[in-house]
This record gives sequence, C-alpha cells and structure tokens, in this order.
Amino acid sequence: MRHQVGVKYTVLAALLAAVFGSTALQAQDKAGVPAQKKAASAPAGEQFFPVLSYRTGAYAPNGVPFANGYVDYLKLVNARDGGINGIKITFEECETGYATDRGVECYERLKGKSPTGATLFHPLSTGITFALTDKSFTDKIPIITPGYGRADSMDGTVFAWNFPLGGTYWTSSDMLVQHIGKKEGGLDKLKGKKIALVYHDSPYGKEPIPLLQERQKMHGFELLLLPVTHPGVEQKATWLQIRQQRPDYVLLWGWGVMNSTSIKEAVATGYPREKMYGVWWSGAEPDVTPAGEGAKGYNALTFLAPAGQGAVHKDILKFVHAKGEAAGNKEGFGEVLYNRGMTNAMMSVEAVKRAQIRYGKKPLKGEEVRWGLENLAIDAAAIKRLGFEGFMAPISTSCVDHEGGSAAQIHTWDGSKWVVEPGMLQPDMSIIKPMIRASAEKYAAEKKIVKRDCAKETS
Amino acid sequence: MIYRENGQFKSSYAADQQMLPIGQDRVFMVALLVFVFAVLPAVLGDYVFLSLLIPFLILTIAAIGLNLLVGYCGQISLGHAAFMAVGAYAAYNLVLRVPQLNFLLVLVLAGLVAAAVGLVFGIPSLRIKGLYLGVATLAAQFFIDWVFARVKWFTNYAHSGSVQTAPIEMFGWTIDSPVEKYVFLLSLLIVFTLIAKNLVRSHIGREWMAMRDMDVAAEVIGIRPVYAKLTAFAVSSFYCGIAGALWGFMHLGAWEPLAFNLTLSLNLLFMIIIGGMGSVLGCYFGAAFIVVLPIVLNQVPAWIGFPISTAMASHLEFMIFGALIVFFLVVEPNGLARLWAIGKEKLRLWPFPH
Repeated sequence: MRHQVGVKYTVLAALLAAVFGSTALQAQDKAGVPAQKKAASAPAGEQFFPVLSYRTGAYAPNGVPFANGYVDYLKLVNARDGGINGIKITFEECETGYATDRGVECYERLKGKSPTGATLFHPLSTGITFALTDKSFTDKIPIITPGYGRADSMDGTVFAWNFPLGGTYWTSSDMLVQHIGKKEGGLDKLKGKKIALVYHDSPYGKEPIPLLQERQKMHGFELLLLPVTHPGVEQKATWLQIRQQRPDYVLLWGWGVMNSTSIKEAVATGYPREKMYGVWWSGAEPDVTPAGEGAKGYNALTFLAPAGQGAVHKDILKFVHAKGEAAGNKEGFGEVLYNRGMTNAMMSVEAVKRAQIRYGKKPLKGEEVRWGLENLAIDAAAIKRLGFEGFMAPISTSCVDHEGGSAAQIHTWDGSKWVVEPGMLQPDMSIIKPMIRASAEKYAAEKKIVKRDCAKETS
Repeated sequence: MIYRENGQFKSSYAADQQMLPIGQDRVFMVALLVFVFAVLPAVLGDYVFLSLLIPFLILTIAAIGLNLLVGYCGQISLGHAAFMAVGAYAAYNLVLRVPQLNFLLVLVLAGLVAAAVGLVFGIPSLRIKGLYLGVATLAAQFFIDWVFARVKWFTNYAHSGSVQTAPIEMFGWTIDSPVEKYVFLLSLLIVFTLIAKNLVRSHIGREWMAMRDMDVAAEVIGIRPVYAKLTAFAVSSFYCGIAGALWGFMHLGAWEPLAFNLTLSLNLLFMIIIGGMGSVLGCYFGAAFIVVLPIVLNQVPAWIGFPISTAMASHLEFMIFGALIVFFLVVEPNGLARLWAIGKEKLRLWPFPH
C-alpha cells in the first residue's frame, strides 16, 4: 500500500514537472516582453515608468497593442535620444487583467520600485482609475487617463493628481451627439429621435450617461440605456431590445470582446452599421475584424491617434524593431490602439521633459512630474518635431484644467481599414464645465478634500 | 518529543474546556501573537500589508462567516459576496448620512443590516436543501448586484455607480497608514475568531452541527430547524457584512458593484473548501491560499530572475494555481486544516512513530 502511494506521488510530481517545464520552454520561445529583466531594480539616475497592462483575459485583444505601443515608444526614447535629456528610462510591466483588485496590487508593487518612485501611472481601466484616484492623494503620484477615467477629474483643484489628458467620456459623448446632430442637419432636428447607448455595465460605461441626459434635456431626443454585463459576450437581450425599439442611432461604449460582439449582433439583428457610433475605445482593429465584412460602415471616434504610420513609426522600426526589441512580436504595429499607447507614452515623456526644465535634469519624483503635466503644452510645432503629425491634437494644460482641450474626428471602417472623416469635432465646454464643477464639488465633500488654490501655487 | 501533552493534567472543567488544551499550543499562540503584532509591522514594507495581508485579514473574516453557514450548519450559499456588498453599502450610507457615528458602531450596524438581508434570503433554506439551496442563494447574488447597480440612492447618485470613502477616523485616530490598518484589522479578526470559536462550541453551534449531520434526527431531539438555520444565515451574513464594509473602506477605498460579484462568492466558497469545512483555522489557510498564493506565484519568475513576459507569468499563475488546488484536494479532501491536524498528530509521535 505504502509503495503504491509513493508511486502515485512520483507520477504526480513528474506530471507537474512536465507541465511546468513545457510552459517554461514555451515562455522562452515567446518571450515577448523581457520587462522584468530590465527593471528588477532601477538604479539611481533613471526615470522609472510602471506599465499596467493586460495581455491576458477578455480585454487582451485591445490591451496588447496598446501596451506594445507604450513600451515601444519608451524603448525608442532610450535608443534614439539616450533617454529623457540623458536620463535613461526604465520600465516594468505588470499584468492587471483589467481587474481592479489586481490593478491596485500592481500599483502597490510598482509605485516604489526606484529611488524616486514611479513617474506616473496609466491605469488603462476606468475601474482601476477610480481605485487609484483614492490613493493618489497620499502617494502623490500622477494618474494619467487620456480619454478615460473620471470625467470630473479634469478639475485640477479637486483631483490634484488625475490627468484625463485630451478628453474624457463627457467630451467624447458630447462630440458624438454634436456629430449626429450635424448629420441630421442641426441639433434641433434631434427632437423626437431615439438614441440608444449600449454600454459596458461598469464605471467606464456609465460615465457618459449624465452628459447624454443633459443633452437629452436640451434637444428632446429619447435616450435608451442598454447595459451589457462584463465581459460582454452575451448581448442577445440587448440587441433584441434594439430590434424592438429601432433607435435612430446606437452609441457603443464597449471594450475588449464586447465591441466585436456588439458589431456581430448588429449584423445578426440587421441594424445598419452606418448608424452605429463607437467611443474611441470601441473603434480599433480588434473590434471590427472579428465581424468580418459585416463591420463595414461602422463608425467610431478617433482619440489622439488614428491608425496609420508616420515619422515616429519609422524611428521605431529603425531603432527598436530592427534590433529585435519589439514588444509583443510587433503585434498591432500602426494600428489604432498601438498608436494610442505610443501617444500616451509620448505625452508622459514630454511631461517629464517639461518638469526637468523646472527641477533639473535628474530622475524626478511623481510630485515633480505633476508640475510638468500641469504645464504641458504640446502645440502643432512640437507634434511635428516629435514625428506625431496627424496623430494628435495639440493640448495645453494648467493647474485648473487637467484635460488640456479635447478634439477628435470620426473614422469609418471600410472593410479593410479605418477611413478618417475630415473635420475636427470639439466638445461644447459651456455645457460640460458646470457639470464638472458640480461633480467635483460633490467628490471633494464626500472625501473631505481641501481644494487647491491654483492662484497661490507658483508655476 | 517536544510536542506532547504528557504530564499536563486538567483538574477543573474550565481547564478541560479551554480553547487550546495543550500547553505547547498556548505558548505557540502567544509567540504567534507577539510575532504578528510586534514583529511584522516592524519588518514588512507597505506592499506586503496593502496587497497581501490586508485583503487576507478581511477575507478571512468573510470566510469564517461563510464557514459557519456551510461548514457548520450545512447550508450551501453561492451569494455571500452579495452580503458583503450589503455590508459595504450599508456602511457607506451610514458614514455618508450620519457622519457623527463611530466607525465601530457603523461596522456593527452594517453587519446587522447584512444579517437582516441574509435572514430574508435564508428563508428558502427551510424548504430546500443542498444544491437547490445553492441555486436559491445565487438569486441573492444577482438580485443584490442589480439593486446596487440600479437603485441610485444607495450610491448617492454617483453617475458612474462607483462610490468612494474618506479615511476612517475614530477616537481621534485616523486609520490611514498600511500598518495602522493592519493592526486594526488584525484586532478585529482576533475578536471575530474568538466569537466564532465560542459560538461553535456553544449550544447554538451544536444545533447547527446537528442540522448539518442529519436534520430529521436533529428535529426529533428537539432542535427547531427554523431557529437553527436562520441563526446560521444571520450570523454568517453578519460576518460577511462586516467583512464587506472593511473590504470597501479599508482595502478598496473606492468600489463599484462589480467588486462584489459572483467571482468573489465563489472565491469565498473555494477558501472554505480548500481550507477545511467546519474549521475556523481552515478559513485562515483557505484565505491565504486564495488571496496570497496567486500574487506570489505571479512574481516568482521575476524573483528567481527568469525573464518571461507578463502574459506568460499570468498564464503560469493560473496553471500552477489550478494544479495546486487539485493537488491539495486529492491529497486531503478535508482541506488544509485537516493536513495541519495530521501534521500535529504526527508531531506528537515524532521521532518514534509506531
């Protein structure tokens, strides 16, 4: 009996060893991102960028190209410029799987990794942003959320550490309503029209609702709110409602597999894709390609960077990919989300550059980088110099305004590529500003935050 | 040789009934308490507290709560994350609307609200058993998720459905640093462990266990099933309510209904299955296994200097974690607590096993 038990254990152990061994081998084959190797401990004299990414799970199709773009740009700055004014960039990735708890764990893991701590964080998830916002007040590390996060966090007097650079869900939904109004021949023509919002049932999807309701009151259209439960692969009930109600337009606020599922359901329901408008997180290649031909005619907002390649891509090919250092096997190179990740990295690097003017050319703390973020001014000339011409709109931030202006275009999937429609959309800030103020005040009251007085701070 | 109770004579009932009857266990427990209260805060960094120990402590309270119901009373529940959510939102609303309340009182009230809700969802247990009851409690999970996602009042009309909390203050003490949180939670956990330990040794616990072992026989000897089952649901939800409030206020700081979804319910169930049904100690093991192990596994490749991509580390984490669950359940279906007991048993005979 004893002997048999022994045999059983040996077999089990051997099996485990085999499983572990084979995956380890695979890992060596696929070693996409040798991140840990680089940043086990960042020595002094280096600027440390934590990278919260998701390369697994339901949101991986969108998380991978974004992370690749972000990491590739950081590598480019090191390879081409020798770092930020000579200060080498180090970085480390941490897999969040888009889950809030793991995101917070990654944040805690990385926030103190180098002598100066983490430069800034891109949570890449609205849920994680909400959780980290809470921590930012004590940790004093900026949270950058270009095009996502809390809409009210553009108010820098309350949200001292949040930077929704270049847009929020209120500005994006406002632009979409304006665009639809234009198509109808004027915002007043929206009266009596039916607009459905198909949204991810999480803070991310719920963010645009207040703005849409505000616009609904102004223009008298009917707003259908159709939530889709995480991860969004089951949407039959939602699209049944769309079939019954026949809305004039569908706004899509999805992420990951939810987007492609929505488009496939639209095809199955026979809802015209031309009448569908996605937010900038619902308008990338992984969202439309699974639906095949059916996705043709689907529209979405662009945010900062549409698909395509520009001067900076040539540099990345030359300095990073040619050396075989491409993140994640070049997956998604030049696609919408890759470019967005790259642009996000660029804005972060520019913020550090800006802060170096004030604090000197040395590794900077998160607190110092915030000054750079608050005084960021990337104008058309700077965009051109950085090789991002055509990939972003100028932004200019201040202590009060952490968004720095927002502008976007509509692009349409023609079956093989995204075609950008000319004409910049701009949000109507006269509607958004009072809402921001009210919401931020409420947050400050709940959290018992003392508001910053921007007039008193030296800039 | 070392761990043997020879020569320790009990001369009173009190001595015979004490929680740790063996002298060495008491010494070990005192040493352990000194270690966790005095040594750990001095040597560990913030990361370990915030990412490993604080979630571990809170989920242990929740696991004890669930174990009282499932392990001791034999009623399956797949909806305990929902009772945690009730506790969290009750505490949020209490703090928001009655700001002068002491946080300890808020915790107790949040627990009571959760207990009341648990009582309501425990009513089906009077008529249905086993897996059917599991499905009925699943309804609690979905219903309560829905309520907090849709009824705006509970989230104070937050437009994204996410709520946030201010740092906790009581008796002039602001609990905001990781070590303070840890000490506060550890003290709470010890209190709740003592209560649970004593509950299961008292007449209530015996009623629960009688219901679990055979409800008809229990009824015959005069145990009222209504009382036994509903108290189990209420006490269990009370624990989970408190754990939920702590999870929201101490660990997350800002949360959305998704934070208390079905995954958390299942995780709680896994904790007590892996830790050991009907064992308070098992809750500690189970919570450590489910909370701490994945995070540690995820970082092992980096620690041993093995450069792999984060995605691969994540996949490895899932595979090894799954393999370990299967391994432990194959080796000891009664959970880690049983393994611990066997270990102690072996230690008594060491070094001369028969």
